Amino acid sequence: MSIKTPSPSIFRPHRSIDQRVMKENRGLVDEINRRNVLRGAVSLGALTMLTGCDASENATLQTFMRAVSSWNDRAQSLIFRPNHLAPTFSEAQVVKPPRFNAYYEVEDVKPVDPTSWKLELAGLIQDKRPWSAQQIAGLPEQELIIRHICVEGWDYIGQWSGVNLRHFLERIGADLTAKYVAFKCADDYTESIDMATALHPQTILATKYAREPITDPFGFPLRLRTATKLGFKNAKWIMAIEVTNEFPDTFWHKQGFNWFAGI
Amino acid sequence: MTTDCIKSHDRGRKRLHPLPVRIMHWTNAVAMLIMITSGWKIYNDEVIFGWLHFPEAITLGKWAQHGLQWHFFGMWILAINGFIYLIYGFVTGRFRENLFPIRPSEVFATVGDALKLRLSHDDLTHYNAVQKVLYVGIILIGVLTVISGLAIWKPIQFSELTSLFYDFQTARLVHFLCMSAVVAFLIVHVALAILVPKSLLAMLTGGPVIERKPPDAVHTSDPIPASE
Repeated sequence: MSIKTPSPSIFRPHRSIDQRVMKENRGLVDEINRRNVLRGAVSLGALTMLTGCDASENATLQTFMRAVSSWNDRAQSLIFRPNHLAPTFSEAQVVKPPRFNAYYEVEDVKPVDPTSWKLELAGLIQDKRPWSAQQIAGLPEQELIIRHICVEGWDYIGQWSGVNLRHFLERIGADLTAKYVAFKCADDYTESIDMATALHPQTILATKYAREPITDPFGFPLRLRTATKLGFKNAKWIMAIEVTNEFPDTFWHKQGFNWFAGI
Repeated sequence: MTTDCIKSHDRGRKRLHPLPVRIMHWTNAVAMLIMITSGWKIYNDEVIFGWLHFPEAITLGKWAQHGLQWHFFGMWILAINGFIYLIYGFVTGRFRENLFPIRPSEVFATVGDALKLRLSHDDLTHYNAVQKVLYVGIILIGVLTVISGLAIWKPIQFSELTSLFYDFQTARLVHFLCMSAVVAFLIVHVALAILVPKSLLAMLTGGPVIERKPPDAVHTSDPIPASE
């Protein structure tokens, strides 16, 4: 499928989606894997080989930078306004189709089979029975026409509908005083958000885009859509939801991106 | 008695750049370099102008996340240091004394002199009208950089602020233009500091002593002992 730049703008280059970033990050994943292999080897007793090597300097810097990033998580949760609504837009402004982004390219999306798909529930939840797509379709639907902002700097206006996450969490008897809501995805992506964001009125589990079922590249059958987070926090192809007080580490956070990622 | 004399004497012997100003200047210089070069890294991930990519060699951070880490670390230094600098500038009267008043006629005259290569740099303690305009301008640009930065960092939490810039992308453009203005200023600023080395030295050592006539000069310079 061809994906166009979301909306024509003088501020945006007239070209198709730039795959460079994804390729860059793929390189990073490979590099991190190599590093882990290196660390494994080092811990096996080759410690003396490490003296003065670049990797250890980077590790020290990373320890510091990640401490700053955690501090920034706290700062962001302090300025978070639980009842402040994000601006909404008219249907005429909606970009169709939405813009694709993942840690791999759109051709590599593996569609989820809706007949065998079940939403698993775990953690601090009273009723952990899994949900079928049909059962979720029976829940009250909320529509959001909101701006999606990517950490890279691009944005588009999208029209999402599905069940309000707070409503769903109440329905399954989740502990709303817990700290985190975590998501596990079909592509092994992991994501988690703070409870305050999960309970924000503009956070939904989306099943539709522009009033049609979400298409495969954008998270069919179920994805998160929250108005107060950067794009990458909006987990696609959700397989399981966990409510927990233990920090659930996430795909991008492990690689050094800020965890809170609020907007 | 003698201590009183020294105190009043010292008060008049203020240097061009008191220590707090020098500390804040160099802190700002480091923070600005971090913000500009990591900002270029972030910009490269989604360029505003198709023809403009910053060479990786002059950006900060190996991958996108490292550029972001530097930017959201540097912002605290830049903003806190800048905030203290503004308070200091107003409270001590430094802004009022060094940067004001700015008379349009003087600005035109200085530009004319500059074009005729007749600018004098003998007196570091007195800013010419063009310098005043540039220094006031860069302070305002710095403030706008931070405000537009907040608008694109938190376009929902600070949605009222972001809407002042129209929308997210226009706020992002303003932030980019602020960076461009700072870089343009830096080029001139650094070039002049190299051309007039004593001005650079002054920002390290404090520079020449300025004999001021503060409003309370009548009392402090009074040589007649009050008691005896």
